Amino acid sequence: MRNITNYMKITLAGYSRNESLARMCAAAFASQLDPTVEEINDIKAAVSEAVTNCIVHGYRDTIGDIDMTLRIIDDDTLYIKISDRGVGIEDVEQAMQPMFTTAPDEERAGLGFAVMESFTDDLRVHSRVGKGTTVTMLKQIQRRG
Amino acid sequence: MPIEFTYDKNGLTAAISGEIDHHSAAEMRIMTDGEIERSMPRTLTFDMSGVTFMDSSGVGLILGRAREMKQWGGKVRIAKPSERVGKMLKLSGLSPLIIKEGAKNA
Repeated sequence: MRNITNYMKITLAGYSRNESLARMCAAAFASQLDPTVEEINDIKAAVSEAVTNCIVHGYRDTIGDIDMTLRIIDDDTLYIKISDRGVGIEDVEQAMQPMFTTAPDEERAGLGFAVMESFTDDLRVHSRVGKGTTVTMLKQIQRRG
Repeated sequence: MPIEFTYDKNGLTAAISGEIDHHSAAEMRIMTDGEIERSMPRTLTFDMSGVTFMDSSGVGLILGRAREMKQWGGKVRIAKPSERVGKMLKLSGLSPLIIKEGAKNA
């Protein structure tokens, strides 16, 4: 059994100006694990990509709720869950291919999932068309000192 | 202003300051497109030394401007990325656009 020692849940309106708020919240919560600057930057980038996906793809031209759950597991791992109740993804495997994007007009590089994958230790994507998408990430923070 | 534009013999330099995400990139895109469509420079150099955060929206911003510049045969270069910004550029395959330290930015 893995031990959850702390958690936080927030709901953000899906406005693009809340992208920076979401990554600041995640970085502030993660700071209790005494992460390096590098690890904090990894977390901020991964959260930014996930929240942007909710806004750009999940809700498109509408504004909906974005739920973010943060947990500390076993005093060394940050768990991040970010969900929307938007349109969902038909083919998750295809969506996760680097450079694949359904929003070229927004100048999305199609790298969101690639960034989440490379800057965290574990990435899971669960989606149902018409129901929404949930992204779960784990980031292990090296113990120091 | 998130972007300062300066011209020299090498063309246009766009010095970006602050965070580049999906939200801020929208204004940066409008500002830069306005500038390059007016002056049609041969080279657009993004000076990244003032960038404190960048996600893949920065990659989209650079790729989009490279596409615009192509209309008149112009090129995009990237100068002074932090280690962090460099990590994102490497992941996206944009590293070849980075001007090498000490090299002439021709």
